[in-house]
Amino acid sequence: MTDTTLHAPAETDSAPRARFWHDLSFWGLLPSWLLMGFALILPIAIIAAVSVATRGAHGGFAWDFNLAGYRQILWNEGWTGELEFTPQYLLIIARTFLLAGATTLICLAFAVPVAYFISRQPPGRKAILVYLVTLPFWVSMILRVYAWMIILGKDGTLPKALEFLDFPAGMSFMFNDGATLTAMVYTYMPLMVLPVFASIEKLDGTLIEASHDLYGNRWVTLRRVILPLTAPGIIAGAILVFVPSLGAVLEPSLMGGGKEMMMGTLIQLQFGGGRNWPFGAAIAMALMALVMLFLVFTALRAARREAAQ
Amino acid sequence: MSLHHDVKRYPGLGPLTALFFVYLYAPLAVIVVYSFNANRVAGVWTGFSTQWYASALNNAALMNALETSLIVAAIATTVSTLIALSAALAIIRGKNVRFRKLSETVVNLPLLLPEIVLAVATLILFSLIDVQNGMLRLTIAHSAFCTPFAFLPIRARLQGMSLDLEEASADLYADRWTTFRRVTLPLIFPGVFSGAMLAFLISMDDFITSNLLSTGGSTTLPVYIFSLIRAGTSPELNAIATLLILASLILATVALLVAARGARETA
Repeated sequence: MTDTTLHAPAETDSAPRARFWHDLSFWGLLPSWLLMGFALILPIAIIAAVSVATRGAHGGFAWDFNLAGYRQILWNEGWTGELEFTPQYLLIIARTFLLAGATTLICLAFAVPVAYFISRQPPGRKAILVYLVTLPFWVSMILRVYAWMIILGKDGTLPKALEFLDFPAGMSFMFNDGATLTAMVYTYMPLMVLPVFASIEKLDGTLIEASHDLYGNRWVTLRRVILPLTAPGIIAGAILVFVPSLGAVLEPSLMGGGKEMMMGTLIQLQFGGGRNWPFGAAIAMALMALVMLFLVFTALRAARREAAQ
Repeated sequence: MSLHHDVKRYPGLGPLTALFFVYLYAPLAVIVVYSFNANRVAGVWTGFSTQWYASALNNAALMNALETSLIVAAIATTVSTLIALSAALAIIRGKNVRFRKLSETVVNLPLLLPEIVLAVATLILFSLIDVQNGMLRLTIAHSAFCTPFAFLPIRARLQGMSLDLEEASADLYADRWTTFRRVTLPLIFPGVFSGAMLAFLISMDDFITSNLLSTGGSTTLPVYIFSLIRAGTSPELNAIATLLILASLILATVALLVAARGARETA
């Protein structure tokens, strides 16, 4: 207990602190590098390799270099080996892009006015409203999708309500892209509202007044003052919604039915019943490339915006 | 003369926001209402009943799935929070850290990748190195993708905190462990708590990865619910869903209250 170092005086003021944090930098980061190296970087390297491997006869794959996985995205190989252009997978990629884009835009269209309204409330009510936006997000995603199955499905709330209004009985709104989109907008909405709110709240109100003094009407003020100044929040929200939308699996597999696939469900299928691992890996690489392109694009835009200011 | 209209006010936003909240909560309310329906066909209301709650609570498969989910989430939360805490301390407090930016990107990497890609990639890895144990697969994968969710609140907390108290502690000859335990940890606790809650939530909620990696004996709650939904909507499923919604709302409220108190105390 009577530690002699306790009385060692030869340290300058900053020395204890410098020593304190010194080797933390190595040992502190080692566990995250080990975990991410094993459970993330290694698997991604392997899936990149599998995407150029050869499909095994009974599922799985063999380590022979082969671009068939990528080729299959656009061309189907006939019995005699001739290649025929087949748009079916291209259509799935296009649908994925359109649904993810539509989800982002619809979320944005709701998020901006709602976030603006909340930001103008007195502090107490503002905190409660933010809490109410966050709350549904804590409910399991699968249950939030399931809720829409009950509402839109056969014998669901909406068809029953329409039947009451003399519409034909037995209508169902399930198993199409609209149903998938409805569930996607609902599940990702809080991810858009919260960052947009964080930006709008920081907005300097005197700028809106200045715009008005310079004869800008509400629409001009919205377009030229409010939206540009909330751009960081809008971009953050767009990333938070668009990226998981591109990889959506639950919504298309529950709401879209078997035929209306997105890239996520297509990938999953290749590792389940369909069992074409190199093709699934190739689609996965394509999805990852799309996400990376989008992230790089937004990062560049943000950098250019910052440079311009 | 005062302005007779407020230029910052946009007409119609109040009703729109009210509608927005109806939109957020109505679907959840629908599940709750239908869970009390006596009829086997969920959409046809024949009377009030709590029988589906009794059958939900007596459902052994459900309880098994809940147990699996809780075990996986508990391990993944502990592992990811500890790893995130040490990474955040190193990245924010470390001196002369090499690869600081790169390390931060690596910790946050699961957020940048579509989950389905990571899930199938992990599935390939586990089948190559022959890891058959479902629980082991799930805890490793969950620990990885929960780490950034634990990391971000801890990092934010550390970054907003001045070094004064830690320096004072070191000046008073407290060793590094004492300083960490008595000064740093209590100060960043709200961040650690938020991070752990987020990690727990993300793990409990995960479907995509768990669906691909779980084996017969390690079905998690969302995977089990998915199989129930596939079998068709039923009032028992609605009762299960209602219980889970209730549990999440209570958990969320507790978490947000603790976070708000932490923010107030140190404000």
